[in-house]
Amino acid sequence: MRFGVLRFPGSCDDVDALHAARRVGDAELLWHGEHDLRGADAIVVPGGFSYGDYLRAGAIARFAPAMESVVGFARDGGLVLGICNGFQVLCEARLLPGALLPNTNLRFTFRQVGLEVVEPDTAFTRACGPSLSIPAKHSWGRYYAEESTLDELEAAGQVLMRYAPGHNFNGSLRDIAGVCNARGNVFGLMPHPEHAVDPLTGSADGLCIFQSMRLAVEGARV
Amino acid sequence: MSECGEAGAAAQTSCDAATGPPSEPPPTLRDALALGLTGREYELICAKQGAPPNSVELAMYSLLWSEHCAYKHSRKLLRTLPTEGPHVLMGPGENAGVVDVGGGLACAFKVESHNHPSAVEPFQGAATGVGGILRDIFALGARPIAVLDSLRFGEPAPADATGEARPVGAPGSGTRARYLLDGAVSGIGHYGNSIGVPTVGGEVYFEAPYEQSCLVNAMALGLCERDRLVRSAAAGPGNLLVLFGARTGRDGIGGASVLASAELGEDGDKRPTVQVGDPFEEKKLLECSLELLRRDLLVALQDLGAAGLTSAAAEMASKGEVGVDIDVARVPLRERGMEPFEIMVSESQERMLCVVRPDDVAAVLALCEKWEVAGTAIGEVTDTRRMRILRDGEMVGDMPVRALVDDCPLYDLRPEKPTAPIYAPPAATLAGRASPRETLLALLASPNLASRRPLFERYDAIVQSRTVRRPEQADAAVLALLAPDAGSADAAVTPAVDGGQREPPLPALAVSIDCNGRRVAADPYLGTIEAALECAANLACVGAEPLGTTNNLNFGNPEKPHIAWQLTEAVRGLGEACRALGAPIVGGNVSLYNEGAAGPIYPTPVVGMVGRLPDAAQAGRLGFAQAGDEIALVGWDGGTAPSLAASELHKLLGEPLPDGLPAFDLDAAIATQAAVRDAVRAGALASAHDVAEGGLAVALAECCLAGGLGASLDIGETVGGDECEAWLFGERPGGFLVSGSAQALAALAERVPTAILGTVGGEELAIRAGGTSLRATLAELSECHGALAALFP
Repeated sequence: MRFGVLRFPGSCDDVDALHAARRVGDAELLWHGEHDLRGADAIVVPGGFSYGDYLRAGAIARFAPAMESVVGFARDGGLVLGICNGFQVLCEARLLPGALLPNTNLRFTFRQVGLEVVEPDTAFTRACGPSLSIPAKHSWGRYYAEESTLDELEAAGQVLMRYAPGHNFNGSLRDIAGVCNARGNVFGLMPHPEHAVDPLTGSADGLCIFQSMRLAVEGARV
Repeated sequence: MSECGEAGAAAQTSCDAATGPPSEPPPTLRDALALGLTGREYELICAKQGAPPNSVELAMYSLLWSEHCAYKHSRKLLRTLPTEGPHVLMGPGENAGVVDVGGGLACAFKVESHNHPSAVEPFQGAATGVGGILRDIFALGARPIAVLDSLRFGEPAPADATGEARPVGAPGSGTRARYLLDGAVSGIGHYGNSIGVPTVGGEVYFEAPYEQSCLVNAMALGLCERDRLVRSAAAGPGNLLVLFGARTGRDGIGGASVLASAELGEDGDKRPTVQVGDPFEEKKLLECSLELLRRDLLVALQDLGAAGLTSAAAEMASKGEVGVDIDVARVPLRERGMEPFEIMVSESQERMLCVVRPDDVAAVLALCEKWEVAGTAIGEVTDTRRMRILRDGEMVGDMPVRALVDDCPLYDLRPEKPTAPIYAPPAATLAGRASPRETLLALLASPNLASRRPLFERYDAIVQSRTVRRPEQADAAVLALLAPDAGSADAAVTPAVDGGQREPPLPALAVSIDCNGRRVAADPYLGTIEAALECAANLACVGAEPLGTTNNLNFGNPEKPHIAWQLTEAVRGLGEACRALGAPIVGGNVSLYNEGAAGPIYPTPVVGMVGRLPDAAQAGRLGFAQAGDEIALVGWDGGTAPSLAASELHKLLGEPLPDGLPAFDLDAAIATQAAVRDAVRAGALASAHDVAEGGLAVALAECCLAGGLGASLDIGETVGGDECEAWLFGERPGGFLVSGSAQALAALAERVPTAILGTVGGEELAIRAGGTSLRATLAELSECHGALAALFP
């Protein structure tokens, strides 16, 4: 099992994601300027401020050569996890529905948040328990989509994680913290599971997402 | 004056004809004075040059001979500080100090001020302060792993003791303090968050003397492999100077001389001297610099900070005992028509200068291109020991490097202890006859003691995955000692192990920054010792031993005898404390002239200290952890109550500052720290917290709130006496509040004075002291402690 972690100029949580992925499999960084995904079994689009987040968070990164390959990889059913800025990039690339707007408090906010796992049997959640404690840190994390889209997402089981009551500091609609695409192979999550992989630094609750991806890849291979 | 007066002006004509831009009128003594030089300094420059300087030369001298660059009023004092020790790898004089942290790793760290720019434009002032200190760290080849900040503003609360609100914008209304704080915190967060370096700690104090002259000090730490440290000395005549990073514009011209080395008047007219930061540019610059070093492509590296290219190139040449030629026509510019002197003194951000062997230039420029960073060869190293500035090959400035860097005159201070108080008493915000409960709640809600959560929530404290203790979890930030450049694909990974335990244990760094300016104002000597001791106490609470110290001396105008006295006494105290603690000063910064019409700031020698603990998994916490644990006060001698003089309570009551602080036993305080540190390292204590501002009662409330547990105590029986208020709220260094098993506390009692005060548990804090008692529920404590949220919605 091999993870590929994208690195854009301005990515900040790329190395954290690399280390988190290495706890469950092999992992390497993939340079934004290259198309070659180097045989990765799953892709992580990490957090940070790709291209400075100028223009709009994630808006420039979606045009990177590596992202063109990721779009094709996803179309072929490959697993793609977007974290924070990566979630924004995946929305900009239309791999995920909806958009991320500025937090309702209009400020960058860092907080340990509680998450409820809404859909326990997916490629990204099957190793997770019902609730997780994971840090979140962002300025643009308010998940937004049309009401009708939200209804469809909920009905189709695409809302994989919600903020626990009282933990939705960014004003996300319907407390949505993470959604996947209709096919279930692309997942975007605003909080940072890669920063919750070791009790020493606060929590290991995020590791289950990477473990789930490993199970999904290895299950598909069998 | 004879040499540079009228006669000098005549001589200048010939000088300019030889080297200066022909169309430009030659500068005069008046221009020199306008740039902040004195008449005598101008005279000396003429002598060093052998002729009056032209406009390029004068501009460069005025910056390098400014207080900010030359430390001309503080250098003699700084020489008295201890700078050597067993862990020190680089002391003062390099971009940052460096200590050996074991395992082949080195930690570079430094604190620097950006006070004057932040007073003019807080967001950019603070942001570029962070950017500047980060460049100092990676210029050494170290990856920045943490930022801390130390901030001072005027009173933020819009009400006086009677509860009456003052009109918005009026003096004392708090408007300015809240505006500056909000801007500075946003700026620090914007830069640190965007570049991926966690902001792991800091401190903020609000006091009236900072109303006009706020302080914004930023500290950064970096990690690198010990044998890969880079120095900034230029070497090898024939090697090339490559400038890389952002383009050069007109921003920040004269920042070091006009802005940082004089008292501030009206704000608006100096706004153009504040630089604008771009953290994305710096992120690329950081990764590019570290990759250049990893591939051994650089001979030397230096960041561009105050005084821009002038300072960077002159420092590199001076340290390498070489000369440099720079052609300003090759410098990529942000705007057209920039004069040579503007290019040389511009303080545009996010630029680095490196020395490269001719054979490596192509590889260096290719790597710059990979990171989308502009790189240009702008000059070369020579053996002339002169700094020569050219424009398209034509000489426009020519100065001996030694004259620029080393020959600025140093001044003796004329310290004189003031005979009358310098500072007005603080405005009272608490009525004199408050009950102990009312007093505790008022202290917890006061701006200096209220929870900093609304501020630190705006910082990313965890990126890079090293943060073992975040703000409000412990007295010091704790960072696991993981590989410094894990970004490379083959970096080792420490695998996850249940419970965070590793075999062998993973060591960690601890870091703290502190200074209580009000206590330093009351007694510059003892107050500064207390600041250093407080940092070391914070380290002890997480189990860390100090390795080295950095400092930022923020003072008023040193040409005034009473400020000179504060500075002299503070440096004396700092030296004594750091010697006693075995924590030498490895670097720092001086910010003078922090005063205006309303008077000087409180003397604020900010101390930053870095320590090491052998096992990150045993890092101490400040919150009570388990009901039934016993609580002990460690270190304070039970015979005398701590004094209320210069305490937070006296501030709330509007008491004037005392003339001097009570003496204390420094050696005993250090012995107590060692005992607490050992107990934390052994995992014997459930919590450890030092008793600081607000005294014992506030420290107890903080332990309750951090752990979400109440406590029941009786301090009357143990410590006795009638002076309940002093026991509850008095302040004195050397005291710790710890909790743990009776057995663990008994072991501690064998080494240092230890008084069992009570037990952890319940939903309220209940303290009996002599004849009085105090009760408050956790909810009440929490509400008061959250008071800052209302000021910064």
